[in-house]
Amino acid sequence: MKRIITAVVQNRSGVLNRVTGLMHKRQFNIESISVGRTETEGISKMTFVVHVEDHQKLEQLTKQLNKQIDVLKVTDLSDKAIVARELALIKVVSNAHHRSEIQGMIEPFRASIIDVSKDSLSIQVTGKPDKIEALIDLLRPYGIKDIARTGLTAFARGHQPQVAEMTTYSLLK
Amino acid sequence: MKVDTKLNTKPEAAVKTGADILVESLLEQKVETIFGYPGGAVLPIYDALYRSDGDFEHILTRHEQGAIHAAEGYARVAGKPGVVIATSGPGATNLVTGIADAMMDSLPLVVITGQVATSVTGTDAFQEADVMGITTPITKHNYQVQSSYELPKVIKEAFHIASTGRPGPVVVDIPKDISANLCTETDQSAFHLPGYQPTIKPNPLQIKKLTEAIKKSKKPLILTGAGVIHGHASDILLEIAEEYSMPVTSTLLGLGAFPGQHDLFLGMAGMHGTYTANMAIAECDLLINIGARFDDRLTGNLNYFAKNATVAHVDIDPAEIGKNVPTDIPIVSDSKAALAELKKQLKEGPDHSEWMDQLNQNKMAYPLWYNNPPEEMVPQWLMKSLYHATRGEAIVTTDVGQHQMWAAQYYSFGRPNRWVTSGGLGTMGFGFPAAIGAQLAKPEDPVVAVVGDGGFQMTLQELSVLQERGLPVKIIIVNNGALGMVRQWQEAFYDKRYSESIVGVQPDFVKLAESYNIRGMKIETQQEFTDIIHEVMAYDGPVLMDCRVLQQENVYPMIAPGKGIHEMVGVKP
Ligand SMILES: Cc1ncc(C[n+]2csc(CCOP(=O)(O)OP(=O)(O)O)c2C)c(N)n1
Ligand SMILES: [Mg+2]
Repeated sequence: MKRIITAVVQNRSGVLNRVTGLMHKRQFNIESISVGRTETEGISKMTFVVHVEDHQKLEQLTKQLNKQIDVLKVTDLSDKAIVARELALIKVVSNAHHRSEIQGMIEPFRASIIDVSKDSLSIQVTGKPDKIEALIDLLRPYGIKDIARTGLTAFARGHQPQVAEMTTYSLLK
Repeated sequence: MKVDTKLNTKPEAAVKTGADILVESLLEQKVETIFGYPGGAVLPIYDALYRSDGDFEHILTRHEQGAIHAAEGYARVAGKPGVVIATSGPGATNLVTGIADAMMDSLPLVVITGQVATSVTGTDAFQEADVMGITTPITKHNYQVQSSYELPKVIKEAFHIASTGRPGPVVVDIPKDISANLCTETDQSAFHLPGYQPTIKPNPLQIKKLTEAIKKSKKPLILTGAGVIHGHASDILLEIAEEYSMPVTSTLLGLGAFPGQHDLFLGMAGMHGTYTANMAIAECDLLINIGARFDDRLTGNLNYFAKNATVAHVDIDPAEIGKNVPTDIPIVSDSKAALAELKKQLKEGPDHSEWMDQLNQNKMAYPLWYNNPPEEMVPQWLMKSLYHATRGEAIVTTDVGQHQMWAAQYYSFGRPNRWVTSGGLGTMGFGFPAAIGAQLAKPEDPVVAVVGDGGFQMTLQELSVLQERGLPVKIIIVNNGALGMVRQWQEAFYDKRYSESIVGVQPDFVKLAESYNIRGMKIETQQEFTDIIHEVMAYDGPVLMDCRVLQQENVYPMIAPGKGIHEMVGVKP
């Protein structure tokens, strides 16, 4: 199963290595990682999307993360109501001829064109990973030259609904 | 430092190098013994040691691996961190085996490695190795010191982390310029580790669940792991076990947590455990694990492990609970605190006289056994005789292999912190240097290193330390002329194809000892051993006994890999 896990960490050298190393050692399959600073100086937050086999493995993962001295807090967001976003930059082959066609196509995704050259076009899109996948699929026929994705980052919504409502909010259901 | 040729070159009090600060910090931690080996990147540290008038001893081993295993032996026996210093690059990489070993067996170590100067870091400079990268997966924590300002705080944190919670090794990597340069200001503030707050007190509600499970149980069993020893919980465990007459078994590393000769003790469990202990695990209805991590050498095939039991697991490391065996009553706590709370809450014990009868019958019917032709040297007999000759009072270290299992089976420990063995990593070469560390921790106590002819040759260079220090360690080589444990597996599982396990050529161990000015003797019969062992133990200096034992002996009983805990072979002659 796919889980979204965040770890608030002390921003020290080696902490990323320690955390990814333990996931590798215990054979957790990491789909994406994003890391950035938080509102508190010296504290960063990592967001992982990982595949785990079962709940026992999941428990191991959070416990092993928690055990690291520089890890302050581990949260499994998967069953919570969350806001989750990823940013992607996509460079597609395009001449003057295709430009407006592409422009029209990306509009419903609220993506924007951030760079134009003679033979390419760079698009920025933000959203849930499936939305980004969908846009990439649509752009593929034009010829994709390059993609850069940030990986997912997420946090819990301000309001957590009762369990019954949850699925409508959860990213993974 | 006790150096006779000391020159009075101590810099003025106000001008200190980073290395001076390091040495001060070590003294502040009441370090008495350091194991190490010098080299380029630690020259400033060795210079500071030389200049220091601190009252500690530096033990120069002859290989960094010797230093770290000695520190492990020291930590195990002294119950406080072993301290190691090694230089950058090869010095640090020579420590890797010992660091991994300490991580697996939860031994507190503070390992100080030199590093190339910050100005050349990352340039593949001479003797540069990525010590942080290499040691991250095998340390509880590691640091690369960024400035001499933070050095005192890092050392305080390192000792705290190594010795509290679940103990483990901490590496502190110090670039040469930081130890060499003068430093004007240091951070003397107290440390705060918000991400490291081990839970040491049990949740009383969980203990209540345990008391209820005990009350209901008809077939209770206590399993001791090294956590009982780390937590100093042996006495209270004994009180509870005796009061409610509950049987006890142990992991390899938990030996000594409960008196080995006690009526309630079933012997060690696991791959080479006793029939009674393993069957008790298979059949119990309540398994109370105190500080063991349910390692695969204990459990065998998990599908058959304690299948009928409610499992309670006390561990200071929450990540161990539920890792291998599903747990009904998890108790995150220091072992002593948990047992104290249990003693307080427990009012009524189990009603389990039938179970005790059954266990006692098993003990009578299926004791450990071996064939003992009196004209031969039988390794099991050797261990049993060593036990009797030392009245179970010695500190015993072992290497890894058959001799280790025989020592575990036949040397019965009356109290904790006397048994020093490499369990989790199974590191050959561990036993002899570990004995050096143990002897330094307990100078007055008898220390015996039980080693194989194979493993001894991995770290025998440390004979120099015995010679130099006159440490009265007694080395017993259980010499079967083979990598015995490998030979046993090849006999059992590879149709006796003894690939590279029968060692034709050996040094003359007696002459070897003598070349270090150490008393050496070859022992070929039971009589010879019996005649001399008391004298050897009483001798106030090191002795090496090359005991020639039968090669074909195997360790029994045995649970073959992949088999369940009840599927032992070699239970009876
Ligand atoms: C460093 C290391 N290398 C290899 C092994 C694998 N191994 C386990 S036991 C053993 C044989 C040990 O032989 P010896 O020291 O003579 O002890 P014996 O089993 O004969 O008592 C070997 C090679 C190991 N445990 N550690
Ligand atoms: Mg051997």
